[in-house]
This record gives sequence, structure tokens and C-alpha cells, in this order.
Amino acid sequence: MLALKNVEVVYHDVILVLRGISLQVPDGTIVALLGANGAGKTTTLRAISGILDVQNGEITKGEITLDGQRIDHLSASKIVKLGVSQALEGRRVLAELTVEENLRLGAHTNRRKLNENMDRVYGLFPDLKQRPKFIAGYLSGGQQQMLAIGRALMSAPRYLLLDEPSLGLAPMLVQEIRDIIVEINRQGTGVLLVEQNAGMALTISSHGYILETGKMVMDKPSAELLKDEDVREFYLGLHSGGDEIRSFANVKQYRRKKRWLS
Amino acid sequence: MSFLQALINGIALAAVYSLLGMGFVIIYKSMQVLSFAQPALMLFGGWWVVYFATLVHLNFYVAVLIAIAIAVISGLFIERVFLRPMVGKPVFAVAIMTIGLDLAIRIIAGNFYDVSPRSTGDPWGLSTFNVGRLIIGHRRVAAIVVSVVVLLALLAFFRFSRMGLAMRAAAFDQEVALIQGVSVAAVFAISWALASVLATLASLFINPDLGSLGPASYTLALKALPVVVIGGLDSIGGTLVAALMVGIAEALTGTYQMHLTPYIGQNFSQVVPYLVMFVVLLVRPYGLFGTREVERV
Repeated sequence: MLALKNVEVVYHDVILVLRGISLQVPDGTIVALLGANGAGKTTTLRAISGILDVQNGEITKGEITLDGQRIDHLSASKIVKLGVSQALEGRRVLAELTVEENLRLGAHTNRRKLNENMDRVYGLFPDLKQRPKFIAGYLSGGQQQMLAIGRALMSAPRYLLLDEPSLGLAPMLVQEIRDIIVEINRQGTGVLLVEQNAGMALTISSHGYILETGKMVMDKPSAELLKDEDVREFYLGLHSGGDEIRSFANVKQYRRKKRWLS
Repeated sequence: MSFLQALINGIALAAVYSLLGMGFVIIYKSMQVLSFAQPALMLFGGWWVVYFATLVHLNFYVAVLIAIAIAVISGLFIERVFLRPMVGKPVFAVAIMTIGLDLAIRIIAGNFYDVSPRSTGDPWGLSTFNVGRLIIGHRRVAAIVVSVVVLLALLAFFRFSRMGLAMRAAAFDQEVALIQGVSVAAVFAISWALASVLATLASLFINPDLGSLGPASYTLALKALPVVVIGGLDSIGGTLVAALMVGIAEALTGTYQMHLTPYIGQNFSQVVPYLVMFVVLLVRPYGLFGTREVERV
């Protein structure tokens, strides 16, 4: 189990971004982490992967544990070796390198099982298998996202952290990515899924967390979250009143916010 | 005939420049810092060849191997002690720091040598062979062979090895490399060790006629700086092209300039690399093969 307990993250010594959040990803499950822009979702993933220091951030309180062992303050490469891998937001494929080289980079910490993992990734993404020598920068957006996920899988992680895999993709491709996440999970990898596309995330996850300005405001099984009135209104864009045309005048955010905390 | 002779000498010069230049490029790509310490590293590495080959009287090739080992260690040491604490600091500060390093190493290494140059004790000496009326020094052939072999080895390293790929990835996107488990510290360390070894190899050929080394060899090595600037700083291929350009231009100037423009005086060829740099930068400010900076104004 990958667990965060009361984690507090500060950037540049003064900017408090995570104000004591706790979250758990049990083995082999999909957990969704939702929240508006700037809520701290990406920071949460960066804290787990140990790359906060690149942007001058640090964990000031709390602990991150993997099966009870603390992994905060470990180096990024140790964390990958322990089995926690991340696909960064915005795909970030190495555009000048080939598909195969991108994947080989993903196997940096797990060189011995390179071929085995490569086969697995190619099995998940047949599109990539057809063009191993293709320059990654010329792939389509969807293929680049697949390459990014595939690269993260090359270390054969136990936990895969996905930061907005549906970002900027057409609805058809979002469906495809969704199916792939389910398949990856079925093969035994736990997934912590950060998404703006709450509908997609909640339908495949077993548990959901909602993060607002650095605090967990809600934490329920996904099925319950899907039914929750506030979640439906804020994250799924559905109105409790049925099909009537929605007016922003009716959204009283301050009152809703109060209800989160109650 | 003197044209062909100059051409061959120019290619041999280019070999030396490309050895030094690749060190600049490797460090620049991994740290985005132009390291000015490269010429000093050449003096330092070269000294150990001189020491083991002519003072301890070991076999020349053994001496070179020992010098390479020392170069690796000193490269790692310099990176760990001086450069690592500067990670994340402004690139400008780090570049200035390398100037300081250059001065320090140059003074230390310069004290090993006397004022006068010393022979590296290589087996090539003054021996030459003739092709028609061309006279080709063995050392020049060795320079070309060594740099071609080293270049191919480097290309293979970057293309096929795990660490080479990691270094390319880190040069392209450091955060992605980190998140895939690459130790960026190791990347920095290896690039300094490589640069230090390349500089040591270059020291063997920096004086292609005599094979000697002295504190003044520094100015010869510094000509690799315009070479990498012309090549565009971040391209090994560009460095090769620039090295050939500069090497041949320098050799041709050396051959013809005294006949054509005697009033400029001797050794004008030493200035040629910088002249070529001026002209190239006027036309292409980012170098011949450099990545074009796209900036919105």
C-alpha cells in the first residue's frame, strides 16, 4: 500500500501548497485524485516521486510510506526502483529520440527485464509496436500519451502515477486511454490517477479523493462520489434539477464550500 | 603541393580541436554550462603523461592509460566538489566558476612543468613518411586515428548504452530523466570525467610537430572554444564540421599568409579560429548547428 499521511509541502520556503493531506492507494486498485486547477494534485504526485526539489519545494511535515516503509526523502531514482513510477503531466516524450529509445529510458532502473517489459508495453500499445524507430516528436498526441505511459511502465512498477493522461485528447482517445488504464490495473499495477476529467476517472476508480486548495475535502468510494450532488455539480457539470439549462447564477460557491467542510 | 600539405595538417589540427571540443559539448549538453576549464584540464592530464613517460620512464602507452585514469578521477573530483553544489544556481555563475577553476588548475599544472615545454615522450618523435612529395608526420596520423576512434566510441556510447541514453535524455529534459530513475548527479559526474579524458587525449597532439607540452600550450587549446561556438555548442556533429573548418583555415593561413601578406607578421594563423568565429556568428548567431533559440519579444 502506498500511503500519504498529513503531508505538507512548501515551495520556496513560503508557499504552502499541500496543507496536510492523507491518501491511500491499496495494492492493485485504481484511486482517483480530483480537484480544480492549482489544488495541489500535481504537487502530490511530485512529492510521492521525490522530484519536488527541482522546483524548490520540500515536504515539511507528514510522511509518505510504501508498505509501511518511509519513502519521502529518498532520491527519485530509489523511489522508481522501489516500484513507484510516474507519467508526467503533458506527455513529455523526448521528442528528438525514437519511440524505442524513449522506452529504453523508462527501463533505466530495470535493465535486466528490458525485453520482457518492452513486449508488455508493445502488447498494450500496438500502435507503438509498428514504429519503434519513429521519432517520438512526430507521433500524434494520443500516441505520445501512450508512449509516456508505456515509458513509465518500463520499470515494471507496482504503482503507476498518472498525471492527467487525458489532457488535450479527443473524446475517442480518452476512451482508449481509459481502457488502457483499466487493462494496466488488471495486470496488477496499482494506479493513482490525477484527472480533470472526473467522469472518466470516477467510472474506473474504486476510490476517489477530492483536493481543494491543498486540503482533502472529500474521500469516498467512487460510486458514492458519482452520486454526490456537489461532485455532480462541480466536477461532472450535471445539475441536480435535471435537464434544465444551467445558469451560473445558481451556483453559490461559498455555500457549497462550507458544505465540503461540514 | 603545399596546398595538399596544408590540408592534411589542417585535418590533423581539426582532430585535436574536435577532441577538446567534444568535451565542451558534453558538459554543455548535460549542464547548459560552457566550461572554460577544458584547456586547463588538458594541461593537467598531459602532465601525467609527461611525468610517467619521461620522468618515471614507463612505456608511453602505459603512461597514457595511467593519465586517463587520473583524468577520470580528477574530473569526478572537480564535479563533485566544485560543480555539484552549484546545481540549480544561475548558469552564468557556474560558467564564471569554471573560469576560476581554469585559473586554479592552470596555475597548479603550470607549476609541474617548467617554463619551457616538455616532451610527452611519445614514440612518434619527428618521424614522418612520404606520400609522393607530401610529408606526413606520424603524430598527425595518430591524432586523426585517435580522434576518429574516440568519436565513434562516443557515438556508440550515446546511442546504445544505458547511461549514454540517460545522458541524452537528461540533456533534453532533466525532469523526465529524473522521473525515470536516472541519477542526474551521475550524468554530471560522467560528463566531467569524459571531458577530462578527452582533454588528456588532446594533450598528446596539441603540438603536432614536436609533441611537447608546456604552460603555453594553453593558448593552443583555447582555440577549441571558437570551434565549439561555431559548431553551435550543443552538437557533436557541428563541432566536427567546425573543427575541420577552423583546422583547415588555420593550416592554410599558416602556409600562405607570410607570402601574401607579410606585413601582418608571423603566426597570424593563431588568430584565424577567432576570425572564423566572428564571421560565422555575424551570419548565424546561434552557430552553424546550434539549436535556434526561439524567444518571444
